[in-house]
Amino acid sequence: MNSSQLMGITTFAYLFAAILYIGILVFQTKKLGFFATLMTIGAFLANTAGIGMRWYESHQMGIGYAPLSNMYESLVFFAWSIAIVYLGMEVRYKNRILGAFSMPFAALAMILAGLKNPDIKPLIPALQSNWLIAHVITCFIGYAAFAVASGMGIMYLLKDRKRQTDQTSSLLDSLPDLKTSDDIIHKTLVFGFLWLTAGIITGAVWANSAWGTYWSWDPKETWSLITWFVYAATLHARFTKGWGGRRIAWLAIIGFVSVIFTYYGVNYLLSGLHSYGGGG
Amino acid sequence: MKKTDNMVWRFFASVRLALFTLLVLATTSIIGTLIPQKNPPEFYIEAFGQRAAQFFQMLDVPNMYNSWWFIGLLLLFSINLIVCTIDRLPNVWQMVVLNNLETDLERLEKMPHRQVYHASGDATALAQIVTGFLVKKGWRAQSENKSTGTLLFSQKHAWSRLGVYAVHLSILFIFVGAIVGSLLGFKAGVMIPEGSATSTAYETGSEKTIPLGFSVQCDDFNVSYYADGRTPKEFRSTLKIIDSSAKEPPPPKNIIVNDPLTYKGITFYQSSYEPMQGFNVVIVNKDTKARHALQIPFGQKIPWPGTEIAFGVINQETRSRMGDINRLKVWFYDGQGEPILFWMDNNTTQTISSPTATYEFQASQVYATGLQVAKDPGVWTVYAGCTLMLIGLYVAFFLSHRRIWVYIVREESANHCRILVCGVSNKNKLAFEKEFTALVECFTQDSTFTNA
Ligand code: HEM
Repeated sequence: MNSSQLMGITTFAYLFAAILYIGILVFQTKKLGFFATLMTIGAFLANTAGIGMRWYESHQMGIGYAPLSNMYESLVFFAWSIAIVYLGMEVRYKNRILGAFSMPFAALAMILAGLKNPDIKPLIPALQSNWLIAHVITCFIGYAAFAVASGMGIMYLLKDRKRQTDQTSSLLDSLPDLKTSDDIIHKTLVFGFLWLTAGIITGAVWANSAWGTYWSWDPKETWSLITWFVYAATLHARFTKGWGGRRIAWLAIIGFVSVIFTYYGVNYLLSGLHSYGGGG
Repeated sequence: MKKTDNMVWRFFASVRLALFTLLVLATTSIIGTLIPQKNPPEFYIEAFGQRAAQFFQMLDVPNMYNSWWFIGLLLLFSINLIVCTIDRLPNVWQMVVLNNLETDLERLEKMPHRQVYHASGDATALAQIVTGFLVKKGWRAQSENKSTGTLLFSQKHAWSRLGVYAVHLSILFIFVGAIVGSLLGFKAGVMIPEGSATSTAYETGSEKTIPLGFSVQCDDFNVSYYADGRTPKEFRSTLKIIDSSAKEPPPPKNIIVNDPLTYKGITFYQSSYEPMQGFNVVIVNKDTKARHALQIPFGQKIPWPGTEIAFGVINQETRSRMGDINRLKVWFYDGQGEPILFWMDNNTTQTISSPTATYEFQASQVYATGLQVAKDPGVWTVYAGCTLMLIGLYVAFFLSHRRIWVYIVREESANHCRILVCGVSNKNKLAFEKEFTALVECFTQDSTFTNA
């Protein structure tokens, strides 16, 4: 089995897991929960094996490198990060409904990866650095947490709208209550913020070891800082002004839009040091 | 008027201002990612028209991250942070060093987590048992005898309340480091052809000459390619420092991208290269072991003095538009028979057999290595700030100040006590509740204590 077959399996498994979770939510079939979790774990293992296999294949080609250096590889790793962050939350909060709002992101990341060119290409000298590996891992764990937080934000807003219009819908009743959701969103944002901070810092250290400037206001760097500002503002609004509920749910969504732009938009719409990630 | 009532002070101490500044910084930062930075004025006139370009110049948009207004925003941000810290830190510090054995006993009855027990026995003896419970659960207790009984207190991570301030301080560290770097450091570049040395570099942007205080010589530059023949695998320069003031000159170092050379606070980074016209040639007569090494230009016949040998590079094939040579054609004549013509790959050795002798002919194109030269005495302050920020964030997010009191009060009827176990945590209440429950469990399981 080669890495692209594994990636194909991973894509379908995430998609199937996402459908199962949504099915649980829509049809109130709690019994499927176990299978959804099993499917997610299976997909995650296939994803891990796929990354490992790609690493091995690159060594076979004599250009061995950690597969974290172009858009295809980063999307695959993004899916992996979302899955592990979500599984961690499922264990911690003992709630499978969150899966319906998290796993679709993992499936989407794999589908987008499927549209990219998966050829293993040798690394140009600037990318041959352990700091790059640290940079990608930290950033993507942060991004994954933000993806999950925005999913929770959407969940919160759905549930809250029901409360306002006072419809009775068993579908939304099964969602965690607003106070719990609010707490989960906050904790996820905090977790993501720590990793995003580490991601920006490792990126700066890498830039300094390669070019002698830890910060050069290149569009990707700047956008990561913009994202960081948005989340810093969110945390302060909550911690010191007591913001919560709908406002934080919206900020979790807005923050993730900024993440998407930092990650994806900048490569296609703006130019800069990081544009090697584009095209690909 | 107390400083805390001053309107100006309140303004700069407010979190509302922090939110405002953060969001303004976030939105204005977008401008510089949409409008290309640091291009010459003509670029902006061409791209955006005369009037827009004039407006941009007025607001320093082409270099907006160094503009007066952006720096001003960062300054406002820093003042906000400093004033806010001065405003709040004393109170937080009080909480950290507070003697909790003096806590108002009335307040204990209102703590968010409480449990009351009764037990017969003397207060001091009971205190001993309770201390045992606390120790077992990882709480180190202090105690104080009150007129009414005994108060035990234990806390964890009181200092974690300072985590937020470590984060805020770390931001100031990073700013200070950045300012030090921009005032006392420089960013420059220089091209050094193989075999040459330089004692100056040219400042990026202004092209101003910067004396280094020593010389740096490029002994060798090499670019190697992956099997596809196109993707560069490694750029490597061998650099030698020549410093007459140094007792012992440092050994030459091979630098590659991501592995620079630092000497006297100045760091040399491999950043680019330029192929030059000409070749480094080494010829060895395999019979006599005579060796001749020199740099030759393209297309000239070069004699080896003292012998009949002459040679030259008469044709070349380039790899890319940059002018890297892939293969070269050599003309070689040692006075015997016919001149020898052959193609060879750049940077390889070819054996030549003439009727009377064999030679080894090695040729490689002359390159100039392109170095970034940077001095940044602030970088360690920035890194210290980054480390402090990560530690501070961890502490602020994941550690909480947890406090537990056990108040053992002698009841009227002799040899009988009421025991109040209570606690509070400033964050992460759920985890604390579990911890509290685990402690209370010790009381429940011990027959000395009965639930109230
Ligand atoms: C981007 C820069 C900043 C970062 C990364 C940052 C980080 C943090 C963090 C992580 C917390 C703890 C929040 C929590 O526990 O949920 C916090 C709290 C706080 N921050 Fe900031 N901060 C920044 C800028 C500012 C500024 C400019 C001010 C100025 C007023 C400020 C004032 C506060 C205050 C008052 C608190 C609450 C502290 C307390 O009462 O315990 N922050 N900050």
